[in-house]
Amino acid sequence: MKSKSLLLYAFAYLAFLYVPVLVLPVFSFNDSQFIAFPLSGFTTRWYGALAGDSAMQHALGNSLKVGIITALLSTMLGLAAARAVTRYRLRGAGVALGFISLPLFIPDIVLGLSLLMLLGAVGLPRSLAAVVLGHLLVCVPFALTVLIARFEGFDKNLEEASADLGEDSWMTFWRITAPLMLPGITASLLLTFITSFDEFLVAFFLSGTEATLPIYIWGQLRFPERLPMVLALGAVILVASVVLVICAEYVRNLGVKNRVVGA
Amino acid sequence: MSFLSVSNVSKSFGGAAVVNDVSLEVARGEFFALLGPSGCGKTTLLRMIAGFETPDSGTIAIDSEAMNTVPPHLRPTNMVFQSYAIFPHLNVFDNIAYGLRKLKLSKDQLRARVEAMLATVRLEGLGARAADQLSGGQRQRVALARALVREPKILLLDEPLGALDKRLREAMQVELRAIQRKVGITFLLVTHDQEEALSLSDRVAVMHQGRILQIADPRILYERPNCREVADFIGEMNFFHATVREIAGVSATLNAGLLGLITLPTANLAPGIKADDHILLAIRPEHVRFAASGVAGDIAASTFLGERSHFHVRIAGRSEPVFVSGSAPPIGAVHLDFPPEKLIGLPT
Repeated sequence: MKSKSLLLYAFAYLAFLYVPVLVLPVFSFNDSQFIAFPLSGFTTRWYGALAGDSAMQHALGNSLKVGIITALLSTMLGLAAARAVTRYRLRGAGVALGFISLPLFIPDIVLGLSLLMLLGAVGLPRSLAAVVLGHLLVCVPFALTVLIARFEGFDKNLEEASADLGEDSWMTFWRITAPLMLPGITASLLLTFITSFDEFLVAFFLSGTEATLPIYIWGQLRFPERLPMVLALGAVILVASVVLVICAEYVRNLGVKNRVVGA
Repeated sequence: MSFLSVSNVSKSFGGAAVVNDVSLEVARGEFFALLGPSGCGKTTLLRMIAGFETPDSGTIAIDSEAMNTVPPHLRPTNMVFQSYAIFPHLNVFDNIAYGLRKLKLSKDQLRARVEAMLATVRLEGLGARAADQLSGGQRQRVALARALVREPKILLLDEPLGALDKRLREAMQVELRAIQRKVGITFLLVTHDQEEALSLSDRVAVMHQGRILQIADPRILYERPNCREVADFIGEMNFFHATVREIAGVSATLNAGLLGLITLPTANLAPGIKADDHILLAIRPEHVRFAASGVAGDIAASTFLGERSHFHVRIAGRSEPVFVSGSAPPIGAVHLDFPPEKLIGLPT
């Protein structure tokens, strides 16, 4: 009896999680401007409108650019910092880690506002580059957390063994560290990309005239007749995310095969 | 000039001296062991020779070349790590071939060299095996092969048999010695296992608290330890307090308390012991004999071990029992005989 009610709870919880998300694709195929039941018919015209909306595509391009650059930069920075704190005895490493992670706990609105004032103070224009800088603040702590966990999971003797066998630190990185860190690097790239891709507040303050996708969507909400198209856009993003996560899982499973054994 | 020369090397971590003014010389082709309890600095010394740690002072030279400023990847040493450090993303063949990249061998030459090494460590046909499908003993062999295939001047082994079970360990000891004879490379072994050090090595350095106490071949180390720590660490030993009364040429007379007045060969005393010194008299359990007369005692505990047995014999005026190893004693009260030629005198 008890297990039955638990099962019920589990289903209710899953429904709460996923039914709202599923509403998105359902209404994106609904042949009506109004988001209401009953559904009035099947159409793909919202997707057609999406394909023809150059402003949306421009915003998407901006978001992809910002997301990819942010993911690459923050993962590279995170890799260097994670290696430093896990491989060397560093004075003040704990304090440095604390400061790097602090932006995680600063509300994005405060972060966005202060960056905006900083830009103004040094006389730089608002731009996508400024958005990347802002996103780095938010993403590096994520990258660092993921990568430190992965570094701690592998025997540092492996890198020493590589040096012992005649490879300098650069070749050791390519032959040992990078392949063993690949699952961590992939996870970090994905996490930072997604974080940057759907970040709104910092981008809102810093992007200036170049909108990123979340800002574009926010702008579209003012026009009720465009709402179904936004739903179609949401559905596309949803599918793309699922594909991305499946790919990431695949890479991670490749990594599990190489799970590092301590002794 | 010796092959490996460590001179006055010291290293401290956070103010604590881990290796303290250590000097040692190892000859070409020698099987040399650094023996000591954990934390004695032996692994740090090994890692300084490999280049993973830098000495605070002192010099390390290999084949007359100073090593202090040479980074690990350029040193003529290779190491078998305690954890083996087998590269988990590479198979056995690629693990062994890892250190041969710079030699730019042709594919056939590379294959021949790796196959030959696989044969040396008796892993023929396992080249394609993935790293995570190896047993403990096989991992140990791969680690050994991966280091030996580079034909280092010195092979460094950090507790290489520690992770193996007792049976496998004994088999690998025999094999390690055979491989060393075959390849003729100088082996430097770090271990806390005295049996392993004694049975494998040509010479052993006993380390304690960052210092080397004694460097000698295994027999000397066992029969003539130069201090209490070495005597204690290598095998079992009984100690008695004594005072030197007189040293007259080849024989010395001691007042040994419970054991009475004893005359023994001067050669049995550690160097530097003079008349009137308080010393420790030491004797191995297998040298103490049950006799018809001598020091009276009674057996407090005994362990039957087949041909020989171990006995704890309590004697009057001494809190700890005397450890005796021998065949069955007479029933009841016993008398112990301490043959003077088997007693050795050590500084307190």
